[in-house]
Amino acid sequence: MSLISSKKLLPMAFFVSLLLLVLLSQSNSVLAQGEEPTDDDVNRIAKQLYCPVCESTPLDACPTEACRQWRDLIRQMLAEGKSEDEIKQYFVAQYGARVLSDPPNRLASYAVPVIAFLFGALLLFRGFRMWIKPAESEAVSSMDEAKPVQQDEYIQKMEEELNKRK
Amino acid sequence: MIADFGYGVLVVSFLTALYSVFAAIYGELKKLPNMVESARRAMLLTWPLLTLTAGILIYLLVNDHYEVQFVYEVTSLSMPTYLKVTAWWGGQAGSLLFWSWLMSAFTSLVTFKKWDRDREFLPWVIAVAGITLAFFLGMNVVFENPFRQLYQTFEGINPYTFQPADSILFTPADGRGLNPLLRHPGMVIHPPMLYLGFVSFVIPFAFAMAALITGRTDDRWIRLTRRWTLWAWLFLSAGLVLGGRWAYDVLGWGGYWGWDPVEIAAFMPWLTGTAFLHSVMIQEKRGMLKQWNMILIVLTYDLVIFGTFLTRSGVLSSVHAFAESAIGPLFFVFIGFTLITSIALIIHRWDSLKSETKMTSLLSREALFLLNNLLFIGILVVCFWGVIYPLISELFTGQKVTVGPPFYERATGPLWASLMLLMGIAPLSAWGHSTVKTLGRAIWKPTVGAVIITSVIYATYTQKIIALISFFLIALVILVTIYEYWRGAHARQRSQGENFFAAFWNLTGRNRRRYGGYIIHLSMMLMAIGIVGIEMFQVETQGTIAVGDSINISGYTIKYKEVASWDDNPSGVNYTRAVVEIYGEDGAYLGNLKPRKDFYFDSQQNMTIPGQLASLKDEVYVLLINWEPISPVGTTFKIFVNPLVNWLWMGSFLFIVGIIIAAWPDKDTELAVVRSSKQVRQASAAD
Amino acid sequence: MTELQNDAPVRKGVPLWAQIIIWALLVGLLVIVAMGLNRAQQGTVQPGHVIDNFTLPLFSGYQFEGRSEIHLDDFRGKIVVINFWASWCKPCEQEAAEMQTAWEEYGPTGEVIFIGVDYVDTEPDARVYLKKFGITYPNGPDLATHISQYFRIKGVPETYFVDRDGVLHYVQVGPFSSIDQIRNIIDPILAE
Repeated sequence: MSLISSKKLLPMAFFVSLLLLVLLSQSNSVLAQGEEPTDDDVNRIAKQLYCPVCESTPLDACPTEACRQWRDLIRQMLAEGKSEDEIKQYFVAQYGARVLSDPPNRLASYAVPVIAFLFGALLLFRGFRMWIKPAESEAVSSMDEAKPVQQDEYIQKMEEELNKRK
Repeated sequence: MIADFGYGVLVVSFLTALYSVFAAIYGELKKLPNMVESARRAMLLTWPLLTLTAGILIYLLVNDHYEVQFVYEVTSLSMPTYLKVTAWWGGQAGSLLFWSWLMSAFTSLVTFKKWDRDREFLPWVIAVAGITLAFFLGMNVVFENPFRQLYQTFEGINPYTFQPADSILFTPADGRGLNPLLRHPGMVIHPPMLYLGFVSFVIPFAFAMAALITGRTDDRWIRLTRRWTLWAWLFLSAGLVLGGRWAYDVLGWGGYWGWDPVEIAAFMPWLTGTAFLHSVMIQEKRGMLKQWNMILIVLTYDLVIFGTFLTRSGVLSSVHAFAESAIGPLFFVFIGFTLITSIALIIHRWDSLKSETKMTSLLSREALFLLNNLLFIGILVVCFWGVIYPLISELFTGQKVTVGPPFYERATGPLWASLMLLMGIAPLSAWGHSTVKTLGRAIWKPTVGAVIITSVIYATYTQKIIALISFFLIALVILVTIYEYWRGAHARQRSQGENFFAAFWNLTGRNRRRYGGYIIHLSMMLMAIGIVGIEMFQVETQGTIAVGDSINISGYTIKYKEVASWDDNPSGVNYTRAVVEIYGEDGAYLGNLKPRKDFYFDSQQNMTIPGQLASLKDEVYVLLINWEPISPVGTTFKIFVNPLVNWLWMGSFLFIVGIIIAAWPDKDTELAVVRSSKQVRQASAAD
Repeated sequence: MTELQNDAPVRKGVPLWAQIIIWALLVGLLVIVAMGLNRAQQGTVQPGHVIDNFTLPLFSGYQFEGRSEIHLDDFRGKIVVINFWASWCKPCEQEAAEMQTAWEEYGPTGEVIFIGVDYVDTEPDARVYLKKFGITYPNGPDLATHISQYFRIKGVPETYFVDRDGVLHYVQVGPFSSIDQIRNIIDPILAE
């Protein structure tokens, strides 16, 4: 009984948090309504883009002339009333998918680590089962309950002390 | 002339390392103890030889010998002497030499100690460490000679190792100077720390290989290298933290970690190293997981080499990357060679690496440690995939892609959270056997405490669900750790009649690895507070204002007071410095900040130095934007408010303290080893 | 040497399927890295290589003979000079005037065509640049960097000379310093 509930506990916590993270990480975009866009409006979009001239540096932090031009273009497009998605799409069409901070093929980019992780988890739990089954039958035959193996004399003493106190 | 001599010594060191490899293997195979002894001495000799080589290079650097290409590229007349010395690792050729020098220091240390008990390991440890050393030295000798000099021939001025015919030595008047980004104190210490971490992982690897080759696959190799592993981990962790601090202080992103491929390259061996640190404990205590430990140390070693390869071969381009160079193919061959031989060896010895005992419970500490390993490897897989995915995409579809922070954050976030949960449970579980009942009895109090703390945070600070989950886990781990400490100290207090603080102190002193480990867990949680703060609550704004105007951001008012610009001719830098005053929500004056923009004449590069107003609650981080003009009329500021970020730095500090406590040499290690291994036998016999 | 002796020593080793997977993964990884390394070490496309067709959409106002996009194959039988540039690139400005002069010289013969490929640039700035140097040969953006990736350019400016048969004849990395330099490359190809 106890084994089953604990077996489920960790993976469940893991998948719940995975789900939450994926659900909550979708950014919502706010449009600038044709007014003069602020630096912050520009940076909010620039943060999500990467220019090929300075690889691995987001556009909002890149000091090169090419990136300055890109930011100006974002500002101009915002002023024309373009939405965040439209601007991003324009940049992808112009300069390719690498301007996005996330690979466009979500399936390929996320699937491999997830599959690899699940495969590892499978191997591990298979190993657990193989280890534990024979051990359990042994334990039953030799004694009623497996005794905890204590190497740590301090913990042992400590437990005794704590028990005495009660 | 001096440079030629330096090259000569470098070549001799290389040959010495090669000789020690061959002598060790030959001596062992032919059973010639004298030959092995000669290999050991040759290995000991490499360190003085490389120290001499390095001394010559430093002499050239400090004395402005610009006819030497490397000196010309990394120093200039205006640099202070200490920077000329540290410029040693500011370029490809020099940093390879630096790596070899550290490596030889470590191998010398290992070969220096008494070997009477573990004689059979010696030749193979020398061989494996020696092959690694010879490989790095070989790159210096063949492709990246730091002593190459500039000669003028008919074809122009080019660097040569040997003077070509009809040429004259060319000495430029001044050097190009070190990249200003590398002149920061953090960058002066960060690479040595990382390299120390990298090279010290070679030692446990060498022992593991020796164990596999000799067939002495008990846990002797792990006991011999336990301290090495901890020190390696200390240096690597310190290197990573310093790198983060450096990025925070000089790169002007308002952040400390950008999931840049090169950062990840240094992070990957840390992940496997951390998994290794945990799983060797299972092998020591329970005689299990021998196969897995071998795999982990091989992975760690090859990730070190692979990371170095990625950084230096030009396969990936990145802010940190060294320029393209010819060493790529050599690195590739070396990685292939080490991976294939070590995997073949593990497969060959697979059966003798079988566990001595069986797992008895899913809630035992060893089972939880295995889960911890799974999670670390999961993070590793995400990182590895993220690094090579762009390569795969470009090779197979022709489409270049960027794998940026969102990918890593989404993919590793749940794994980090699960790790934290484990960090909360595992210390309470026992080796061998735990039940839900015993575990539940231990954990309910900290859980209630964590729930209370989380509700307080919910009421006062944030309603974001991910942040609340994170804070709950952080609180849980901290409470569990403190609870464990308290239980231990309390028990000791009663049994030994010590006062609480003495009990606390002695407890840590007598079981340093366990309690050092707990301090590390605590420090990790402090760091997690900082990371959650900056990841979830960072606010930023950018605006152009005139002197006297101000910008408001999350309760702070930033008022632009003045700007000044001046040349510092001896250092070759132009400084532009603005002064801004920070006021709190109630209008209280909190202090002034002086964000700067430094322009380096020799390298024609800008640096933006933020002004930082730090507190436990948050940090106001003001940058002068370096691509916009600066004048009293209008200056563009970028302002970040980074909540809780200073917990990260405090945590890092405690982290180092924790590792030092855990790694500090014991006087009676040997005794302890004998005793506990006897206990394992008894324990396994009792099973 | 204190290996625990199992009561029944079973030599199973690593199962074959696991060995196959491990080696396959390892070989796969090494192959990918080798390909990446090979790509990193490769320079630009080398002379002698037959250049595949590509399509370049032109900036509006820079139509060529009424067409708003051009294909390399349209110019079989002519010498094609492909120049990669960008408005943020300072060295490009050094050669811009020479390129235009050369175009004015060779264009009217009908034997040579110049194509400007604008690399990672924004259209408004590109237009300012073209106007500033009075450039009249067909110019367009390198959409999604397909063309520059094909040529494996290392930077801008770079200029590629393709002969009448579509074979790459010469690669100029970096700016031209004089019009004579351009002539010295084109004239021999014309004479062939």
